[in-house]
Amino acid sequence: MAIEVRDVNKSFGATPVLRDVSVDVESGSLTALLGPSGGGKSTLLRVIAGLERPDTGTVRISGVDATRLSPQRRNVGFVFQHYAAFKHLSVFRNVAFGLEIRKRPKDEIRKRVMELLELVHLEKLADRYPSQLSGGQRQRMALARALAVEPEVLLLDEPFGALDAQVRKELRAWLRRLHDEVHVTTVFVTHDQEEAIEVADTIVVLANGEVVQAGSPGEVYDNPANPFVMRFLGPVTEIGGSLVRPHDIEISSGPVEGGAPAVVSRVVRLGFEVRVEVKIGTEEAWVQVTREQADRLALSPGDTVHLKPSPGARSLVLSAV
Amino acid sequence: MAKHVLRLTAVVYILFLLVLPVGLIIWRTFGDGLGPFVEALTSPSAVHAFKVTITVAAWAVVANTVFGVGAALLLVRHEFPGKRLLGAFIDLPMAVSPVVVGLALILVYGRFSPAGGLLESWGIQVIFSTPGMVLATVFVALPLVVRAIVPVLEELGDEQEQAAHTLGASRLQSFVRITLPGIRWALGYGVVLCLARSLGEYGAVAVVSGRLVDQTQTLTLFVEERFQNFDQPAAFAAATALALIAVVTLLLTKLLRPKDLSDGN
Ligand SMILES: Nc1ncnc2c1ncn2[C@@H]1O[C@H](COP(=O)(O)OP(=O)(O)OP(=O)(O)O)[C@@H](O)[C@H]1O
Ligand SMILES: [Mg+2]
Repeated sequence: MAIEVRDVNKSFGATPVLRDVSVDVESGSLTALLGPSGGGKSTLLRVIAGLERPDTGTVRISGVDATRLSPQRRNVGFVFQHYAAFKHLSVFRNVAFGLEIRKRPKDEIRKRVMELLELVHLEKLADRYPSQLSGGQRQRMALARALAVEPEVLLLDEPFGALDAQVRKELRAWLRRLHDEVHVTTVFVTHDQEEAIEVADTIVVLANGEVVQAGSPGEVYDNPANPFVMRFLGPVTEIGGSLVRPHDIEISSGPVEGGAPAVVSRVVRLGFEVRVEVKIGTEEAWVQVTREQADRLALSPGDTVHLKPSPGARSLVLSAV
Repeated sequence: MAKHVLRLTAVVYILFLLVLPVGLIIWRTFGDGLGPFVEALTSPSAVHAFKVTITVAAWAVVANTVFGVGAALLLVRHEFPGKRLLGAFIDLPMAVSPVVVGLALILVYGRFSPAGGLLESWGIQVIFSTPGMVLATVFVALPLVVRAIVPVLEELGDEQEQAAHTLGASRLQSFVRITLPGIRWALGYGVVLCLARSLGEYGAVAVVSGRLVDQTQTLTLFVEERFQNFDQPAAFAAATALALIAVVTLLLTKLLRPKDLSDGN
């Protein structure tokens, strides 16, 4: 294991922020810490980096107990949500910082920094200052800076949080490719489930300071541990007291065995997908169908349809509250 | 119309309060050419006063720079009981009259007080000598460096320092390589202000120095003493010298200020 977090508790004042958190991160993996805002993701990441000291519990990095080590000695790369670029240093000097601290020879530093700048596609901007870079470029510079010291683990706090949707998507795919090239154990924080599913090979869901579930994206998506995780990881709708994914529902115009009748209230076409909003008795629900299906059934508001979970659909029974 | 009235008021105000007095001093000083000016400033007493002023101001600036950076870091980066109190104490010299400061120092370090007596037995004389004048000047100029850096440190945040730590930098390394360059313009501004205040200090220094001519007489005390003794040329020459120093420092601060803005994006 590259990182083992055991029974970590952390409070700020009287409010507990992490409660008995235990997380294992496999060597070479790309793990996402996913959860709602205020859930303690950044705090956990900072505990791993040594920027925050846990009240109880231990952190082991590459088998070594690092709980009492200062961040200076942990050999982790940390990328801050707002980049924390050294404003008075050029891009080159930013990336070279860790190597200069380690007193590496000048030509070795030059070679390594230029390699890294090429890796993050910033080789032409080496002499610029951070204020002359775009958000995405600053983010990549921060990544190169963290990678320069060959950290044992790379920690990214909402690496794409401050960027617009388009750049986010590009960088996401790029991070995945970068990880496949560099293979450094990486943990990144996100509150975007799509980002976690697309990029990570392990997802740790953190809410209210507790680990709710950990597993591969497929596992977490298909076998959510509880309604919270199911809701958080993708669209859900409620049918007959169960949580179901709206794409896991079969819709037909005639009665079917085990089907429930419903009245269509709205049909929304979102490109390829069609969102059919229905009423089952007084309860509202929605079903996601393809455009072809919608055309075939010629759905329009006021029609009566019959709904049935498709075979193999995952559903969670909601306990009566 | 109202704009013109406002502008006229401002001009008249500045004219009578600033331009006229300073202009008159300069006119009186150079009324008889450069000769008397140079002569007045190169008299042994004047030269000595210059030296005393420079010595006192230099020590005070060094002390306030070190203390100012330390206190600002403490106030911005750390939580501790009594933090608000420290903040209030730092601003105290703004409110307290320098004469009170001088008297208080005499009470604490005078020959007949316990602390003063002890120091005296070790051969260190504080009051009526340089250490006392440095203390008085330090106290009076105390808030300037702190107050110049605190907002910039706050704006800077501590993420850059934390990033430096994760990259292997020690506290000292991250201070020297990251924090210091981040606050350099503000620090320069604070130091220049502190220097100007130290050079121009009169009240507190007048009390603790004992005004011993050719011993503890600073330039401001020299001006006052010459004026009292009807040696107006010397008084005006020294006053002009002080005013020129002030103008130079003012220009320096103007040079330092805008850079901070362009730095902070
Ligand atoms: N230095 C601090 N002092 C006091 N409370 C803090 C501190 N840092 C975090 N907290 C609190 O701890 C809780 C968890 O914060 P944390 O930043 O870890 O959440 P997060 O999951 O990263 O959220 P987000 O997605 O909004 O970044 C929040 O309620 C926050 O207010
Ligand atoms: Mg966060």
